[in-house]
Amino acid sequence: MSEQTNLPAAIDVQHLVKRYPKANTNAVDDISFTVKQGEIFGLLGPNGAGKTTTIGVLTTGIRPTSGSAHIMGINVVANPMSVKQRIAVVPQQSNLDRSLRAREILTFHASYHGIPRAERNARADALLQELGLGDRGKDVVMRYSGGMAQRLMLARALMHSPDVLFLDEPTNSLDPQSRLFLWDRIRSLNEQGVTILLTTHDMDEADQLCQRIAIMDHGKILVLDTSDELKKLIPGGTRLELRVRIHELVTLGKTSEGAQTKDHLLETLRSLPGAIKVEEVPGEAGEESQQGITLFRLYAEDAGSLIVQATQAVSASDAELRDLHLARPSLEDVFIYLTGRNLR
Amino acid sequence: MATPTLSTPSGVLRERRSRSRFATASIAFLAILRRDITVTGREFIAFLVQVLLQPLFFLFIFGKVLPSIGYAQRGFAAVLLPGIVGLTIVTTALQGVTLPLVLDLGFAREIDDRLLAPLPVNLVAVEKVLFAAMRGLIAGAIIFPLAYWILGNEYSVRTDAIGTIIGIMVLTAFAGACLGLTIGTLVKPEQIGLMFSLIFTPLLFTGCTYYPWGTLDSIKWFQIITLFNPLTYACEGLRSAMVPAVQGHSLPTLAMGWVLLGLAVTIVVFFIFGVRTFHRRVVN
Repeated sequence: MSEQTNLPAAIDVQHLVKRYPKANTNAVDDISFTVKQGEIFGLLGPNGAGKTTTIGVLTTGIRPTSGSAHIMGINVVANPMSVKQRIAVVPQQSNLDRSLRAREILTFHASYHGIPRAERNARADALLQELGLGDRGKDVVMRYSGGMAQRLMLARALMHSPDVLFLDEPTNSLDPQSRLFLWDRIRSLNEQGVTILLTTHDMDEADQLCQRIAIMDHGKILVLDTSDELKKLIPGGTRLELRVRIHELVTLGKTSEGAQTKDHLLETLRSLPGAIKVEEVPGEAGEESQQGITLFRLYAEDAGSLIVQATQAVSASDAELRDLHLARPSLEDVFIYLTGRNLR
Repeated sequence: MATPTLSTPSGVLRERRSRSRFATASIAFLAILRRDITVTGREFIAFLVQVLLQPLFFLFIFGKVLPSIGYAQRGFAAVLLPGIVGLTIVTTALQGVTLPLVLDLGFAREIDDRLLAPLPVNLVAVEKVLFAAMRGLIAGAIIFPLAYWILGNEYSVRTDAIGTIIGIMVLTAFAGACLGLTIGTLVKPEQIGLMFSLIFTPLLFTGCTYYPWGTLDSIKWFQIITLFNPLTYACEGLRSAMVPAVQGHSLPTLAMGWVLLGLAVTIVVFFIFGVRTFHRRVVN
């Protein structure tokens, strides 16, 4: 590792823009980031944030509108063939070759990559064993469960010893056990020096696995840092959530009273000692059915100590407290803080 | 949980990656071809039933039954056989590309692994064409012994122009496959039903399969329409090389020059167009 400084970045993206034909907005909107060799890097964001498009560009399947992307120092647009020798992709949905048996999927993949027969056979057996599919090599993949298909796709990706592994929502549809198994594999691969870029909308996954995380929304990277640094973005560091029912008078012309109560409560909460930021979350998903429930988020250094005062403020405003929740900072909070929306 | 089996010695990797672009792409191309051969080989009987049942019945009904009961002339079988060979080659080659492509590009995405192989993606399309043409040729070749068996003494094929017959069969197979590439990259999965009635049916009946082109003189407008069907050139070319002369008169067919031109234009135009749309579909 004496040549540390001369190593090209595993992934280098500069001012990448992708606009699909006939779309009015950019799917990826001027993003730049660099992933070092040996890093696990996460793209975190809701569906439609541009994560899969970014992976598409990096894996040569999508042509960028502008900007540049390099894998191990090789330009993905100018030299896709060399890039394809160095990368592997585990996609969101199964794209396993259903005309082949499980083991053949691995051996044919290896032969596409020019791996000699003896080596590819040995490797296929080792990987099937390694990923818990040792006795299922002769199966047709039509009968594979989601978790097995995922593991087989990972095995396939590893057949040609890629430098950079792309995992698009790797654990999206997996049961908790398969998820933990996959996390284990990802870590052990990384220990062997494989650079990994994964996308997820699961902040827990990003938190557990990734050394650095870029939070994406609407095609842009909002922030990029380590999980710990990202959590420091949240003012105060703790968050108190109050779900409050505000009595609205149904009499015509008088509905503004509810709004007044809301404003008043918001003011009171803001004046609590130590409150750094208080916001009212409008029209939160899933709350529509519960008419008249309003969600307030209070950020503070030690939000726990404000519980009593906050509760008093609610009852003083002639509102009814329905739910109270004290949250430690998570990546989800970072996302909520940055966008005002939930990830899911 | 460290797994020594997973890492490849860096020297081996470096050597693999230092192969020339040509060598890397050729290896990948041949491996993809081997994949298709393996898959088709495994279901060879099903493949034969799928592509041969229809021509078999055509030969039996039109070449054997109708002449026997007096609804078709004696000797019609000799004119029909080249048409059936041409039709079988074209449809087998065409469907060998079209159906898998429509599904793969539409939603199955099973082709992804081949698109990520280290070769230019256009070569994946070229491989599809090559392999489909091979399938078409095999299907076409098997028609001959089948016809010999079904038609009995009605079977008559010139034996002095085998080279020409093979040459035209090869061109026909590639014409069908290139046509299939273009159709396969343009049609969406939900349009498959429409494709059969809108493309295959006209192709089937306007391609001079069941009648020699020269006899259409009396229906001029239809004769002109048939010239837009690549199958016409295939069938007429095969007819010219296969049908023996009767009492010193050989069957009038489209001149060989036109046959070759028609097939060549079909191959070139649909190959270029098909590869382009393929590229646009897989690299967005």
